[in-house]
Amino acid sequence: MNLVIAGQTKEYPEGLTVSRLIEAEKVATPQYVSVSLNDEFVKSGDFGSTVLREGDSVEFLYFMGGGG
Amino acid sequence: MAIRIHKTDYLALVAQAQDGLPQEVCGLIAGQRQGDDQSGDLIIEKIYPLTNVDASPEHFSLEPREQLAAVKDMRARGLRPLGNYHSHPATPARPSAEDIRLALDPAATYLILSLAGAAPVLKAFHIESGQVREEVLTVDEYL
Repeated sequence: MNLVIAGQTKEYPEGLTVSRLIEAEKVATPQYVSVSLNDEFVKSGDFGSTVLREGDSVEFLYFMGGGG
Repeated sequence: MAIRIHKTDYLALVAQAQDGLPQEVCGLIAGQRQGDDQSGDLIIEKIYPLTNVDASPEHFSLEPREQLAAVKDMRARGLRPLGNYHSHPATPARPSAEDIRLALDPAATYLILSLAGAAPVLKAFHIESGQVREEVLTVDEYL
């Protein structure tokens, strides 16, 4: 199936979960990454059970914060 | 290599920070690298003021939905994400321990605007593995 990852179309096998995609994309420090699926944020507790489908659009967003 | 920001964007950052007092304000920066090699200057072509969901004078976190919209806008405009900025209402323009701990992207430039003194001070930093290096930052009339 084709997925759109950060604006780029990539081919992945059917049945891929968000957790597996994070591994496959070698996302660094995933504990600080939010995942949006078709413009909706996926709860981190649901990464392992959220199965991606043909044409899904996924974005990885790093937490950005700090303090003065 | 220098970070170059247009004076208009610099003044917009200062205005956002002053309007946001006493809280910290924050946002993203996007643009291009000048030339083909890694030594080219980074040109900030657009700033994205975002909501500080912490609404705090000592902390900031970018609002995720706004962050997502900004990233998509950058892509649509052919701009490269360059990093982020935030203000220090009452402390100098240098990364705090928390800034360093949460600087997760070694490719990013981190701008800090201090309002602690009589005049605003904007500085740029590269932060990687806990090590901080100040980068050359210029405010230009023309880019």
